Amino acid sequence: MRDQACIVGIGETEYCRKPGSGMSTLALQLKAAAGAIEEAGLSAASIDGIMPFPNVGKAEELAANLGCENLRYAATIHMGGAAPVASLQAAAAAVVAGMANYVLIPGGWNGYSGPRVRQTVSSDTASIPGGTIARDYYLPFGMTAPPQWYSLMARRHMHEFGTRSEQLGAIAVAMRKHAQQNPRAVMHGRPMTLDDYMASPMLADPYRFFDCCLETDGGSAVVVTTAERARDLPHSPVYIMGGACGQPYPADEITNRRDIFRTGLTIAAPEAFAKAGVTPTDIDFAQIYDCFTFEVLQQLEEVGFCKRGEGGPFVEGGRIELGGELPVNTHGGLLSEAHSLGIGHITEAVRQLRGEAEGRQVANAEIGLVTGWGDFGDGSVAILRR
Amino acid sequence: MSDPSSDYAKPLPELDGHTEDFYTFCGLGELRFQRCDDCGAWRHVPRELCPECGSWSWQWARSSGRGSVFTWTVVTRALHPAFAESVPYAPTVIELEEGVRLLSEVVDCTPDALEIGMPVEVVFERATPEVALPKFRRVSA
Ligand SMILES: [Zn+2]
Repeated sequence: MRDQACIVGIGETEYCRKPGSGMSTLALQLKAAAGAIEEAGLSAASIDGIMPFPNVGKAEELAANLGCENLRYAATIHMGGAAPVASLQAAAAAVVAGMANYVLIPGGWNGYSGPRVRQTVSSDTASIPGGTIARDYYLPFGMTAPPQWYSLMARRHMHEFGTRSEQLGAIAVAMRKHAQQNPRAVMHGRPMTLDDYMASPMLADPYRFFDCCLETDGGSAVVVTTAERARDLPHSPVYIMGGACGQPYPADEITNRRDIFRTGLTIAAPEAFAKAGVTPTDIDFAQIYDCFTFEVLQQLEEVGFCKRGEGGPFVEGGRIELGGELPVNTHGGLLSEAHSLGIGHITEAVRQLRGEAEGRQVANAEIGLVTGWGDFGDGSVAILRR
Repeated sequence: MSDPSSDYAKPLPELDGHTEDFYTFCGLGELRFQRCDDCGAWRHVPRELCPECGSWSWQWARSSGRGSVFTWTVVTRALHPAFAESVPYAPTVIELEEGVRLLSEVVDCTPDALEIGMPVEVVFERATPEVALPKFRRVSA
């Protein structure tokens, strides 16, 4: 299936915190979706596939508002923040198999002005696969929110491999630096040093305030079709070379994993590289789902950019910054651009591969890698080329 | 749900199915986990069948209650209102001698004194008439 499907349109709303978007979650998704459809040079009636983000979107409602009167394929991949990148692969398979011609992957929410995930996740047992386990076995002991879940793994990594706070800080600083080159980023114009990072208050030790992603309002969307159909469309296509997704074991319970660093991406990455026919050294930039800093470090290891345990030294010395060996999250990521449910990582990869990333353009970017991370460590990855 | 007559304001497990059994044993002062009758594997959280060998036959086997600290986080800013008064506190993963891990808390130790590998043993904290929570205290190695 290599190179048989591609991304042909991207759309985004503005990203903001105060005073909020002033729009509904649905309206944000529709605005981003309409933008992606228009950018692709398509009409809403030609969109016959929609893959909404888990829990925040319904295909029927999106289609009825947009005018997608020929909808055939509607599916949601329930992997939390890993869903959009997992959907890329599923959309590619759908268009290649003829289940749909043009698949829209939309997302968006009022992550700032609406209910905050860090508060709602503990009371909504349906929002994560391990919801009832969390309610019965985590919540009574005060483990109530994502930074607390994942910091358990971060501490263990520090213990086993000597990973240090300054190395997590190097990730936060790199994302913030990139946001200074991205006018869309919520943290544009607000630079941060490693000292600022180290001085930020602890939230869930070893996670400080600046280890955590932003909570923002906004939406984003992409459109996928076949390489053949893409020839008639206005933008140069971004080809999906290979994609894969995977789950940790068990996926619904975070403490009883024989190997706690074996996450979904551990399974997915080798499959994606094999499908794409490339290796980690062929990747020009990476958009790594950065809900928290350590998750970036861990995913860099599990993708195979470095060995497990070497992520700490790997992220130091500017290696993951623009101009470095492997620029990571060139838009600023969830940490410093906005939290658009991971779709922003895909739209930025498309901009880089089209050569439209302006002041943050990676020179001669030919191949990029995008990941998603969700729930208790579900993983997805896509390898894209221009 | 919490007993309206109790002052206990933190979240409680839903007492249903195997989870009700687990916490009922805790109320009796016994830490028990499911153990496969066929391959002997211990498991937590409760499952319907043995993921190691596929057997549906199991019992609530009593744990020694002894284990060690596997990892933890220190919550310094509560993200749930019921824990606002409790900060700093440290949700801690305990690895029991039987091999299963349990998210809990070490009650006789401030977060900054925790160490990976620290030996601990179970104690039970009565939350409501129906629910006791398995927690841990330090033991000398
Ligand atoms: Zn068994």
